[in-house]
Amino acid sequence: MLRLSIQARQALAKLTLPVLIVACFGLMLLGKADAVLGERIRVALSDALAPIYVALAEPLGSLRSIIFNTTDLWDIRAENERLRAENEQLRRWQSVALALDAENQRLKANLHWIPDPSPSYVTARVVADAGGIYAKAVLLSIGPNHSIRKGEIALDERGLVGRVTEVGARTARVLLLTDLNSRIPVILEHSHAHAILIGTNGPRPRLMFWPEGSAPREGEQVVTSAEAGAFPAELPVGTVHYTSANVPEVVPTAMLDRLEMVRVFDYGLTGVDGPEAAARIMQGRAN
Amino acid sequence: MARADQTPGMRPRASLGRHLDIAARHSFPASCTILLMLLTEIPFGFADQAALLPAVTVACVYFWSLFRPTGMPPPVVFLIGVLLDLLGYLPLGVGALTLLVVHGLVLRWRGVLSQLGFLPVWLAFAGFAAGASLLVWALATILTFRLLPPGPAIFEAVLTAALYPALAIVFVGAHRGVADPDRV
Repeated sequence: MLRLSIQARQALAKLTLPVLIVACFGLMLLGKADAVLGERIRVALSDALAPIYVALAEPLGSLRSIIFNTTDLWDIRAENERLRAENEQLRRWQSVALALDAENQRLKANLHWIPDPSPSYVTARVVADAGGIYAKAVLLSIGPNHSIRKGEIALDERGLVGRVTEVGARTARVLLLTDLNSRIPVILEHSHAHAILIGTNGPRPRLMFWPEGSAPREGEQVVTSAEAGAFPAELPVGTVHYTSANVPEVVPTAMLDRLEMVRVFDYGLTGVDGPEAAARIMQGRAN
Repeated sequence: MARADQTPGMRPRASLGRHLDIAARHSFPASCTILLMLLTEIPFGFADQAALLPAVTVACVYFWSLFRPTGMPPPVVFLIGVLLDLLGYLPLGVGALTLLVVHGLVLRWRGVLSQLGFLPVWLAFAGFAAGASLLVWALATILTFRLLPPGPAIFEAVLTAALYPALAIVFVGAHRGVADPDRV
């Protein structure tokens, strides 16, 4: 070890903190200049931690279900009543849907409709929340020989979840549609108007840039648009809800706060790259 | 063993086991902070879990900087900050700078703070928590060129302040027990 006088050692000790603070600013610059570096380190870190999350998923899941079950026991009767009514309603809808589907098939046959290619998909378990206070994302555990690529589209059993932004050896990160950096081209079902769905980090993303005269209506369905080739058409996204006047928000169909499994679809789309970390967007604009 | 020489008297032979023991006690603050950070990342499945990580980290750095600064030197604070940036998906350097500022201010006011009782220390920590989450918010806003919503920052500050007593009770025990290098 280097032998230093007491004075020199004290001076060095005093210097450490300022030097490290300067190093922080250097790190910020580095993070802005080379966003790929930070992303790579993060992917490597989550790859290393993923086995722990996977191992803990099962005991934690059973613990959670025990807690949920005990709270559910309290209102099981009311819940049963509600489900019976809902089932009755859904049965009616099912017959309508089957009739419409048959009619749709018939019409398509008459029109010589070119069928959409059926996309390939893989199902993956959500193992961790990969967001922070200013980011909304989830981490998927995927096998070592996976075929998931950046920009693929994640759906849960109800609707759109988001897009794959980072892929590692064992994990993939899905940026949720509620994230601040999420921009999704959508169509309003009623007016067929195009709009952009913008994430706010809150539970409900906002609708913007709809054409004049076709403002979104309360309760209207919102589906993805194939414009720009980033998404396939007609994936269910959510329903319009106004929390205050002139601010149409979308309540996502997918259960974004309790994701357990998602399906990652490969639609073979190459239109727009998946959403990037904010740093990269700015870099792209500067170029 | 400059530290051991300050206390005269009989002491056990400096064997390998004893060296390891002292090293473990010295590194307890840093290792328990990192372990707690990793623990908050386990998917428990409750809403806003992401807010736990910065809260726990700031509380740990504050407590150990105040009561055992030798166990939490600036380079370790820096590394913990980088880990916070990576795990918490903050822009690189933001968490590190925030924690270093907290550490530096605690050291500067240590003379006053360490004389106080639990409640004033907690109140001071609430101030640190508010300042830290404000700093993270401001830096993240500047680095992403976008006005981030202030709601999560306020929630973060409140959660951090509220978590402190629970962590402090455990740490006070550890401070006198497993983390004490003089107790072998």
